[in-house]
Amino acid sequence: MSSVRLLIGTRKGAFILTADGSRTDWAISGPCFPGWEIYHLKGSPADPNRLYASQTSSWFGQQIQRSEDGGLTWSPVNNEFQYTGSPGTHQTYDGTAQPWQFKRIWHLEPSLTDPDSVFAGAEDAGLFQTSDGGLHWREIPGLRTSETGPRWQPGAGGLCLHTILLHPTDPERMVIAISAAGAFRTDDAGKTWKPINKGLYSKYLPDPSAEIGHCVHHIAMHPQRPDTLFMQKHWDVMRSDDAGDHWTKISGNLPTDFGFVIDVHAHQPNTVYVVPIKSDSEHFPLDGRLQVFRSRTGGNEWEPLTRGLPQEHCYVNVLRDAMAVDTLEDCGIYFGTTGGQVYCSPDGGETWKAITHDLPAVLSVEVQTLP
Amino acid sequence: MKAATGAQTTSITHHIRVDLPLHLRRLANIPADARDLILEVPAPVTIASCLDELEHRFPMLRGTIRDHITRQRRAFLRFFVCMEDWSHLPTETPLPKPILDGREPLIILGAIAGGY
Repeated sequence: MSSVRLLIGTRKGAFILTADGSRTDWAISGPCFPGWEIYHLKGSPADPNRLYASQTSSWFGQQIQRSEDGGLTWSPVNNEFQYTGSPGTHQTYDGTAQPWQFKRIWHLEPSLTDPDSVFAGAEDAGLFQTSDGGLHWREIPGLRTSETGPRWQPGAGGLCLHTILLHPTDPERMVIAISAAGAFRTDDAGKTWKPINKGLYSKYLPDPSAEIGHCVHHIAMHPQRPDTLFMQKHWDVMRSDDAGDHWTKISGNLPTDFGFVIDVHAHQPNTVYVVPIKSDSEHFPLDGRLQVFRSRTGGNEWEPLTRGLPQEHCYVNVLRDAMAVDTLEDCGIYFGTTGGQVYCSPDGGETWKAITHDLPAVLSVEVQTLP
Repeated sequence: MKAATGAQTTSITHHIRVDLPLHLRRLANIPADARDLILEVPAPVTIASCLDELEHRFPMLRGTIRDHITRQRRAFLRFFVCMEDWSHLPTETPLPKPILDGREPLIILGAIAGGY
């Protein structure tokens, strides 16, 4: 019988939650790396027992941990992330130029085919890669040194590269997103990059339709339809059907279109999930009701999914990397909150149940579907 | 701030007690109930030479106390020597006799900086 393994990154360590395919009874192990911020963990699609974790601390800096046994044991690998050449500057909050300075890894994206190859998204925004399982990291400098790089500014969470989408069949193509620079795509394996932000509108910018400067919170893609991208921007839920060249707004009837997470059903490329958050000033659900919204039409027409979710006095947030879907037949949806709850819907969002209530604030959720 | 207390004999190797923060002990797989970490450091013994030996013996600690390239101390870590804060002294400053003869540890301390 198939099983699932959830990889949960929190403010105070990592947790691994496992269940069989029914997803009713869960075993919780952890914390791994207690006391450290675990921004992200992810398993290799090519070897599910090979896991990588980004472990970070304001005191002690960055560590990358690797597991060969599905998270039972871990070993630190190389933690040296150096920008290539003379790093130059980007813009900072007050509009002055600031030298690029490595702070942490927000997201790890293992290769689809090679367990030793991993991409890492950094703050300050840079894209790094290892080809030897984390023993060495090198920057892919074409992104940061592209024409717009010196004009990038941080969002409130920092100048972070938080989303990395690998094309399922074209190894030359990759989409990434940076807060608050926007989305970028390479079609030549990282040598050159172009901003893909046409159609985004951010009223807080002097030019709301500017080439860069948009606070993209997350982007999701279904592997069967890789040219279709779904974006949760700071405000606005957006869709592109040409790999990001043009975007259209699909917020439709959402009660608020601010939010962080967005994901796509494993078997229905037009079924999309978001968790609306009240506003950028009040990072909690509207009216204290935690609601996932689902669109079965690729956007614009949204339905609230609330069965099993708290519908009063709920003031948590769901951060950008804290939603995932499994690939079981009746697709499971998972998300974690800043209140430490991890919710599971084993039926595509119809019903929800908290797997656990009391973890530290959840930063990231990934799921592995195991044979 | 006082600095060095006398010249060190260069041909001697000293056994230096080092007190590490809990998180770094865990990262280095040093058992929680272990006594002070002892480093063998050739004279002249300085904070820099102690860190060199520490990072040689525990490579996973590289970058956790000082920057990989600049060797600058990370902002929220402090170096305490014989009840004095040596964090702002040059790390090439020779350490005093109580550290060299093991009566006092070199304390590497995570700053009490609050947070969430």
